[in-house]
Amino acid sequence: MKPPAKRGEASAQARRTTAHAEPHPVLRVQDLFMIYGEGDAQVQALRGVSLDVYQGDYVAIMGASGSGKSTLMNILGCLDVPTSGRYLIDGVDVGALDERRLAILRNRKIGFVFQSFNLIPRMSALANVELPLTYGGVGTAERRTRALAALDQVGLADRIHHDPNQLSGGQQQRVAVARALVTAPALLLADEPTGNLDTKSTADVLEILDQLNDSGRTIVLITHEDDVAAHAKRVIRLVDGQIIDDLRQAPVDGPPPRPLKAAR
Amino acid sequence: MNGLEILRFALRGLVANKLRSALTTLGILIGVAAVILLVAVGEGSSRSITQNIQRLGANTLTISPSFSGGGGGGGGGGGMARPGGGQNSGPRTQARPLVLADAKALTDKTQLPAVKSVSPVVTANSAAATHEGASHTISQVVGTYPSYFEAANKQVAEGQYFVNADVVAARKIVVIGKTVAEALFGRTEPVGKAIAISGVPYTVVGVLKESGSAGGMQDADDLAIAPLPAVQQSLTGFGSLGSILVQATSASASGDAQSQITAVLNQRHGITATGSADYRILNQATLQETVSTATGTFTVLLGAVAAISLLVGGIGITNIMLVTVTERTREIGIRKAIGASRGAILGQFLLEATLLSLVGGLTGVAVAVAGAQFTIAGIEPVIVPSSVALALGVSVGIGLFFGSYPANRAAKLRPIQALRHE
Repeated sequence: MKPPAKRGEASAQARRTTAHAEPHPVLRVQDLFMIYGEGDAQVQALRGVSLDVYQGDYVAIMGASGSGKSTLMNILGCLDVPTSGRYLIDGVDVGALDERRLAILRNRKIGFVFQSFNLIPRMSALANVELPLTYGGVGTAERRTRALAALDQVGLADRIHHDPNQLSGGQQQRVAVARALVTAPALLLADEPTGNLDTKSTADVLEILDQLNDSGRTIVLITHEDDVAAHAKRVIRLVDGQIIDDLRQAPVDGPPPRPLKAAR
Repeated sequence: MNGLEILRFALRGLVANKLRSALTTLGILIGVAAVILLVAVGEGSSRSITQNIQRLGANTLTISPSFSGGGGGGGGGGGMARPGGGQNSGPRTQARPLVLADAKALTDKTQLPAVKSVSPVVTANSAAATHEGASHTISQVVGTYPSYFEAANKQVAEGQYFVNADVVAARKIVVIGKTVAEALFGRTEPVGKAIAISGVPYTVVGVLKESGSAGGMQDADDLAIAPLPAVQQSLTGFGSLGSILVQATSASASGDAQSQITAVLNQRHGITATGSADYRILNQATLQETVSTATGTFTVLLGAVAAISLLVGGIGITNIMLVTVTERTREIGIRKAIGASRGAILGQFLLEATLLSLVGGLTGVAVAVAGAQFTIAGIEPVIVPSSVALALGVSVGIGLFFGSYPANRAAKLRPIQALRHE
């Protein structure tokens, strides 16, 4: 089922380009299983997924609903624990971490963007973006500076005091992206970030992700839209909890392909 | 993540649901205010009763004849002295009344070092008194010695007391109570005027200070006090004494005084160790003790009732915090997903619960202090500082205790469970 040739090729290429600077992959998943329920009602959401993602890569995970891509994403974001298998972020084995260290890991290493934005209601955009820094113990002044910079990066410098319900879906998602990147995480995870957005907002968000990747941020996103996947340097397809296809569209250390502008 | 940030999150959470927070706070407010106020009312009533007893005369023992053998009637409770116990309930053959010689025997300082003064007392009830056409029935005419004034805590407001020389000479002079003065003289000055008590002329030498009668008791100002032989001559005759009022040297010595008096009187009256006494001693100090124990129980009972309302308020906090946690499960998930530790979530919700109870407790104290300024059911409440501290402490404790279950539930949620919650 696995395409060892392509995967090997991709890994080899990644290793070649980053070997001197980056000995570990940012993200390494080995033989991941996720089983829900018991007996007849048992569902195998993931059946032996293995994956390496290196610094600067831009990976799109595609698959039909029920293919296990959301389960995989939740495990990658340390929101869920796999039934078996190893998961390393920056060389750190997540399975060996206790509750407190896991919280620190989520805070420092991972930025998560949800399909449904998941901003905290009744908190301004600025406060939402500051939140991870607050939990990370960053001082008030620095927090403010970094949150403003992140909001500026997603083009919302003029909306910082708006509450989430005063913002459009696209704007909310951009606040969510700002919140995910404000801690300068090693990994930016996005679970169908454009799933709830119109075309224009989708383009805005994808452009921001492209820029982030161009500046060296590692991104893994889930999508079922080919248009969105076309932005990625590498596209992985999941079917029934297994990787059936791993396609490299652009080199890890190059710019993202950005076909959207070329296509229009 | 420091405490101040957690406090900010907690405040934000409370302000987001103002009405709900206010109503929950109200539960604690009522509980705390009830505890403090009811204890204050209990304390106030206890103090007013103690004051009333003290008004009758501090450190005093009243010896009165007892003709019922060992039976020694109800009222006084702990004040009753029954040295012989109750075995001998048969008819008494040797019961002797109290006489002046008994009173004189009690003045022996070597045998009774704890006794300060002894006042033999005869009383005539409902004596008709007249003055220039005005008449009044004095409910109590007391014939006694001058030491009675100090022992019974009767002070003269106008005029003067009578002295020992007046007693020796059996002068017909009298010190009258406020009620008598008003009934007979109205606004005119009574001192120096003559009144007739049961037809016998007396000269008023003084008017007593108003003692203020306690509710339910008889008018303590409706009395006249005259030298013992004068009253015996004109009203009661030279028989037995009504009672003997003994003042102890101090309140703590009243127990000693009681046992010394018992020893002397037993000897004089021929009471054996097994026989029952033909007199009884009412000790103000023990009476006071008994009453304050009773009112103390009363205060504790009031406090307990109020404490239940505080408990109900605490359960209100748990309930509201559980709703809050359920309602904000998704928010908890988001916070965890972006790196909130279990401690931070626990702290936030625990602090919300504690703030609710603390604010409720503080306003409850304020309400209770304001309420204590008014007279409640005829009692002036006296705030007991320890009840304030206790109610406040308990209310904060309740916040912590009743908040910890919902807060723990929030903190323990796995991020993915919380995020999937709709």
